[in-house]
Amino acid sequence: MSPAAIVIVLALGWAAITGNFSGLNLLFGAAIGAIAVLLLRRAFAPPRALRKLRRISSLALLFVYELMLSAIRVAIIVVTPDLKSALRPAIVAVPLTVKSDAEITLLANLITLTPGTLSIDVSEDRGVLYVHALTLSTREALIADIAKGFEIKVKEVFE
Amino acid sequence: MTDALIYLGCAALLAGAIFTLLAAIGVLRLPDLYMRMHAASKAGAVGGGLILLAVALVCFDAAVALRAIIGVGFLLLTTPVSAHLLARASHYAGYRADELMEIDELKSKSGQSLM
Repeated sequence: MSPAAIVIVLALGWAAITGNFSGLNLLFGAAIGAIAVLLLRRAFAPPRALRKLRRISSLALLFVYELMLSAIRVAIIVVTPDLKSALRPAIVAVPLTVKSDAEITLLANLITLTPGTLSIDVSEDRGVLYVHALTLSTREALIADIAKGFEIKVKEVFE
Repeated sequence: MTDALIYLGCAALLAGAIFTLLAAIGVLRLPDLYMRMHAASKAGAVGGGLILLAVALVCFDAAVALRAIIGVGFLLLTTPVSAHLLARASHYAGYRADELMEIDELKSKSGQSLM
């Protein structure tokens, strides 16, 4: 996205949040957006917008699906009469192949909202993400799950 | 059209309330903090999100609906951060996990790393 397009989107977002689409308010939103873009101009990647948009929406779809699945699974566990035998908690060190701050943040957030996993910490060299699992089968399965699912998608979005 | 929207909104409201209730039951029943964060973050976020979505569906006001949907986005962005922060802080504060926990690969390194 070009900076101008970002400013327009930010101005519309501002008008939507404040609930006022008058010209003056849009202008105000654009001014704030322009300042934000100016401050963050180095963070914007070069434009390859369309393919990226498709990948973002594919990630978003996967996320909504996994989120519903995970809420239902947690709900089922919660109402299980024999709670202790249904649970197998563990903290597993998952090696990361994504490197940038933004990618790790996004991946950690996605992990927290998907079935049976909660990210706890990232190691100082950013090589390992510590993940808490609610019902662990094997640690290899958990690591493979994350690497084959969200990690690939996150990488595609950011490449 | 408006009827369908209202029914859809009612369904979302009911589902959201059920998920929120189950999240609360989970916080009560699960044995330790990490597992409680699972219930609070997932079922809680979905429950709150569905209730906001219900608001968007039944209010018939574009400004309110837009804000409710943006609210869902913010909820999904911030809930995992707070769950992650609570779990991490308690781990570094020396919180003892339930004895069900078999593997703890974070414990071995927490001695050397600074908070």
